[in-house]
Amino acid sequence: MKTEHNDIEEMISQMAVKLREKLGDDVVKTAVMIGIHTGGVWLAERLQKQLGMTQPLGQLDISFYRDDFSRIGMHPQVKPSKLDAPIDDAHVILVDDILHTGRTIRAAMNEIFDYGRPASITLVVLGERSGRELPIQADVVGEHIELGSHEHVKLTGPDPLQLEVVETL
Amino acid sequence: MKQQNLQLDEQGRLRHLLTIEGLKRQQIIDILDTAESFISVGDQQVRKVPLLRGKTVVNLFFEASTRTLTTFELAAKRLSADVLKVNVSTSSAVKGESLLDMLRNLEAMQCDMFVVRHNDSGAAHLIAQHVAPHISVLNAGDGRHAHPTQALLDMFTIRRHKKEFAPLTVAIVGDIMHSRVARSQIHALTTLGISELRVIAPKTLIPAQVESLGVHVFHDLKAGIKDADVIIMLRLQKERMLGALLPSEQEYFRTFGLTEEKLKLAKPDAIVMHPGPINRGVEMDSEVVDGPQSVILEQVSNGIAVRMAVMSMVLGRPPAEESGG
Repeated sequence: MKTEHNDIEEMISQMAVKLREKLGDDVVKTAVMIGIHTGGVWLAERLQKQLGMTQPLGQLDISFYRDDFSRIGMHPQVKPSKLDAPIDDAHVILVDDILHTGRTIRAAMNEIFDYGRPASITLVVLGERSGRELPIQADVVGEHIELGSHEHVKLTGPDPLQLEVVETL
Repeated sequence: MKQQNLQLDEQGRLRHLLTIEGLKRQQIIDILDTAESFISVGDQQVRKVPLLRGKTVVNLFFEASTRTLTTFELAAKRLSADVLKVNVSTSSAVKGESLLDMLRNLEAMQCDMFVVRHNDSGAAHLIAQHVAPHISVLNAGDGRHAHPTQALLDMFTIRRHKKEFAPLTVAIVGDIMHSRVARSQIHALTTLGISELRVIAPKTLIPAQVESLGVHVFHDLKAGIKDADVIIMLRLQKERMLGALLPSEQEYFRTFGLTEEKLKLAKPDAIVMHPGPINRGVEMDSEVVDGPQSVILEQVSNGIAVRMAVMSMVLGRPPAEESGG
């Protein structure tokens, strides 16, 4: 099952509107947008363009902050994190594709704090599913996704962006 | 030697790093790619990531070192590991059984990694053969044999400046005979596949049959560095003078020392490297050391990221499992 490309672009536009409503023009103008590799970066690029934000886009690969390093080990294709905008006292908009257990967001927030002390962090996700293991929720959500117990959802892209539900074993 | 096999686990992943020899091209590329990600940790306000929290790294240095020891220590600390430095004097010549006894003691203290420098070739190998299964050994230089992390940080530095290895002409200048750095660099460069690898040295400082490693030998610096993309200068170990291998430092500098004038023979965008410590006015002129083509200090900073990559890779290889988001 795949969500059509046009639907996702439409969802992103609505997310941008919601985000502006929530934070206000002044905050959006100066905020630092950070995408989590890889899907979150694709979304953050689009959102940033739609909101006309000027700060350089941040990119996080949270591999070094995972809580399962001792069980899963080093991710073989870790990408560099890139946070060029100052984080101290900045309003941060953190973007990920799917919010599931919440562990990725926990790791991302830890990494952000190693770059400075933000004024606030707002979490934006394209899809939200059940299965939270930490007390973390998103501030702006594109879509709530109902999944069966053997289903998994992922974002493919960058062009076109598609949400894909796959069966897991 | 079985070292190549010893350093890999059953799944072919790097468990120890003892030598470049036997590593596959992709393994070297993976290390360089991972190191690229660790560079940004140096830009963080808190220059640390929590990867190796709770792990203990022991630096076992039987031979003097500043750069290598410090960058290994910094690398471990930036990964949040605890670091123990055991300074073993060379004069007491800790060898054979007493060395292994010492290892047993360190193992009893629940350490996870030994970083070993020793003036005997094969020391790290010997230790790797005898450590408990959960312990990794990194070779930080053994005798004349190998210095794999130095070679990796040199490859990393070259790639940051030159992007592709395939078209490069690389010249290694100096005491090839006694240099573990050169040996590891030669293995790394030939594995990565460059256009031409040259070694330049007086006849007395070139090992026999070095051509079998796939290098071109030059005894004339000017001819050897002509149109080179990368020039790697090696340290001239002063003790070699005593062995009557060289007449004098001055004469060495006249024939094999790199000056701005001679550097013009290389490509205009050639980079100049040196593993340190530098003897200014012996291997190269101060003007070249501090000049725009020198990347010597970059090598030092890159050494931290490369060592972080190797440390996290050897300690981060549990059985593969599905990850959760």
